Amino acid sequence: MFYRESGQFKTSYLADSQIFPIRQDRIGFAVLMAVAFIAIPLTGSEYWFSAILIPFLIFALAALGLNILTGYAGQLSLGTAAFMAVGAYAAYNFQLRIEGLPVLLTFILAGLSAALVGVAFGLPSLRIKGFYLAVATLAAQFFVVWALTKFPWFSNNSSSGVITAQQLNLFGIAIDTPVKKYLFVLMLVTVLAIAAKNMVRSSTGRAWMSVRDMDVAAEVIGIPLMRTKLLAFAVSSFYCGVAGALYAFCYLGSVEPDGFSLDLSFRVLFMIIIGGVGSILGSFLGAAFILLLPIFLDNALPPLAALLHLPFTNAAVSHIQLMVFGALIIFFLVVEPHGLARLWQIAKEKLRLWPFPH
Amino acid sequence: MTFFFEILIGGLLSGLMYSLVALGFVLIYKASGVFNFAQGAMVYFAALAVVGLMDKGLPMWAAVIGAFGVMVVVGISTERLVLRKLVNQPPITLFMATIGLSFFLEGLGPLLFGNEVRPINLGIVDEPIESILTRFNIVVSKFDLAAAGIAGLLVGTLALFFQYTKVGRALRAVADDHQAALSLGIPLQHIWAIVWGVAGFVALVAGMLWGSRNGVQFALTLTALKALPVLILGGFTSVPGAIVGGLIIGASEKLAEIYIPPVFQSAFGGNFGGIEGWFPYVFALLFLLVRPEGLFGEKHIDRV
Amino acid sequence: MAWKGVERGGDGQPVWSGASAVAGAAAELQGGVQAEHAQAQARQAGEVILDLQHISLSFGGVKALTDISFDVREHEIRAIIGPNGAGKSSMLNVINGVYHPQQGRIVFRGEERRKMHPTAAARQGIARTFQNIALFKGMTVLDNIMTGRNTRFRSGLLANALWWGPARNEEMRHRQKVEEVIDFLEIQAIRKTPVGRLPYGLQKRVELARALAAEPSMLLLDEPMAGMNVEEKQDMCRFILDVNHQFGTTIVLIEHDMGVVMDISDRVVVLDYGKKIGDGTPEAVKANPDVIRAYLGAGH
Repeated sequence: MFYRESGQFKTSYLADSQIFPIRQDRIGFAVLMAVAFIAIPLTGSEYWFSAILIPFLIFALAALGLNILTGYAGQLSLGTAAFMAVGAYAAYNFQLRIEGLPVLLTFILAGLSAALVGVAFGLPSLRIKGFYLAVATLAAQFFVVWALTKFPWFSNNSSSGVITAQQLNLFGIAIDTPVKKYLFVLMLVTVLAIAAKNMVRSSTGRAWMSVRDMDVAAEVIGIPLMRTKLLAFAVSSFYCGVAGALYAFCYLGSVEPDGFSLDLSFRVLFMIIIGGVGSILGSFLGAAFILLLPIFLDNALPPLAALLHLPFTNAAVSHIQLMVFGALIIFFLVVEPHGLARLWQIAKEKLRLWPFPH
Repeated sequence: MTFFFEILIGGLLSGLMYSLVALGFVLIYKASGVFNFAQGAMVYFAALAVVGLMDKGLPMWAAVIGAFGVMVVVGISTERLVLRKLVNQPPITLFMATIGLSFFLEGLGPLLFGNEVRPINLGIVDEPIESILTRFNIVVSKFDLAAAGIAGLLVGTLALFFQYTKVGRALRAVADDHQAALSLGIPLQHIWAIVWGVAGFVALVAGMLWGSRNGVQFALTLTALKALPVLILGGFTSVPGAIVGGLIIGASEKLAEIYIPPVFQSAFGGNFGGIEGWFPYVFALLFLLVRPEGLFGEKHIDRV
Repeated sequence: MAWKGVERGGDGQPVWSGASAVAGAAAELQGGVQAEHAQAQARQAGEVILDLQHISLSFGGVKALTDISFDVREHEIRAIIGPNGAGKSSMLNVINGVYHPQQGRIVFRGEERRKMHPTAAARQGIARTFQNIALFKGMTVLDNIMTGRNTRFRSGLLANALWWGPARNEEMRHRQKVEEVIDFLEIQAIRKTPVGRLPYGLQKRVELARALAAEPSMLLLDEPMAGMNVEEKQDMCRFILDVNHQFGTTIVLIEHDMGVVMDISDRVVVLDYGKKIGDGTPEAVKANPDVIRAYLGAGH
């Protein structure tokens, strides 16, 4: 009833290729932006910003990066956390060693550093595919963490590689309160998400998807495999690098290389599997899901255990969390391989028909 | 010079243990085309089952048999609940499902069997072999040798099994072409149950050996992850490849750990240990660039 | 139902039956078509655009092609026929660089090369379709066809990410061209459908559209009518002829349906066990005793 396309005709190709072709979607998106940029800063509590919204946005960005590489370009990567680490440490070093470097430039340079590392470890993708490539990205994961720990220069000679992020100043405004950090992160993530959406629906995105679906055919059409794959690695690592820098500067405050472990890489991979591989929206949905799930379990398990008269420990919670993650991955792969994003699409299609059944 | 040999032999022996884990991968990949990322978790789970059952009061031999039963159940459930539902999906989906499986097992294991670090006592001591020590002045651990022997025996048996028995042939047929094997009357589901059962047994042996050496703890899964470079070197479908790959990885990682850090240390100062953590992967990566299908693997040709 | 063959009208051009006739009649009413057909006839005799000399290709110990030589003239429709396993697909793969022959020369538009990368072949104006459909299953029909034009896009990553003026305009210009191909092949209704959901016949048509979107000078078609019913084959033939007549595209096609081959091709090459056993006009090849023995059988 409310979600109808009737009357919305497109009279130009430009109109047909909008991100939100249906007017109701555009209104919905505008409302969402208003809520995100205006309502939440005015009403949110510190806990919400620091513990939920900021990490959500940061992980969504990392998931976006991984989705570009694995979801759109079809190159499986288990090294996401390593690229985030490069971004974090690069941002720290740029801020540290170059006086008065503008904040935005710091983040761009951090992203570019991560992109360089990404391309270096992506070079093998020119000869190897599938799980072999996953193992190659594992090499990146372990090597980067080791290098950041062992070479004291990266952490300014601190012990065990811990760095404490400096305070950021954007155009004279200090980004020190949770609200300001939230707005800063929100701004960056929004811009990068829109850029990502633009990229994937353009010739760049089509090149990536063709390499993912059938690279032999892509070659025959004239798409340069090497350039396309390396570009995917570069862009993906850029996004992960910026996410890593934000992770250090606007979320944790201080990080160490071990904090960017294989475990984190898997978490981001789970986000895109559950959220929807090859979907921009899916990156956000998956990040929200993976982030909220532990909180949900923390709150739901104790009463459940009490109900079932089972003994309960903190360790048990983390074990159950692992089990739930694993089971959910399998569940989603079996039931809806395209993840939450596809479920959202199906819901919208049902909404178009509502209140009619078909 | 003797030091070099000591490291080399130690590396070769521990390499055979990697081979054991890699063997589990090869079995499952050969028979069902699935790259079972959960093999490491299975090793951990099996070891946990042994110590968990022993904690409940069972003597070791009973715990081992019980653990084997548990692994068989795990294998069959995996086949029925996960693989069967994902039959026509691309390999990458199956791979991601096994990642999910590994997380599931890594949670379930400690939940059922406890997560304290417990040792497994196999009765073999980690002491140098006297005769070799006195004659060549090289330290060769009794434990390492025994473990290598067990691993070698298992690998050899499986290699023969695949090559010469009816079931082994059926497994190879299934790995080559499911449809064709089906049309020949080979019962696919039974085969897969057998394969996952055998892989579970291999995981159990590996778990017991590794657990005996380092104690049964979560780090076991990371050790098992080292089997991946072994597979890359040896080829995903080759049992002898798993042996050779394991030997090479084991030896090279130990040698790298000893001989590379001093180079960095003299240049940069500081401590550069821990190369073992990434060296096998980088080594495998470089190897991949030269020979993507591994030493013994099959070359993959895309038909257009 | 046997292939009835193509009725030819008074001027020698194909006349189509059924629904296609309506479209054909409408097209004729638009005028200019008669002139185009006359032009097409004049274009028949073109220069040699592709010359294959003594091509030999083997995989390990298996000889796929042995000393094959033939040429293709511009604007003609050249068919390659032969029993299964004769090496026809391998021949196409050699032409567009997917396989590199161990011996022989390939001269395309006067330039000689033996080893060519398929990407380079695409840029030189060779497009092709595949026996087992090689569409990008994760994308819509429109995206698949747009991908066919990807090599012509000049916008880089940054321009695409910002979706600013020049990048946007370029995308719209190419969209315009792609829509023309979509109109030409009558697949407007399915342009937003993911290709994985389409029936086989339509998928083949989309693959043809993707090849055409690149505005190729030479089109290689590998069994474009495999698995189609009679009506679909008629449509596909009409499209192939239209492509050849309206755009002047040289077409090299592999096809098993002898009726189709005899009707639409200008010249035919016959392969058997990797060797060439016939080369000439359809009538000449049909009468060739070697060809009859190896391929056609006594019935024809």
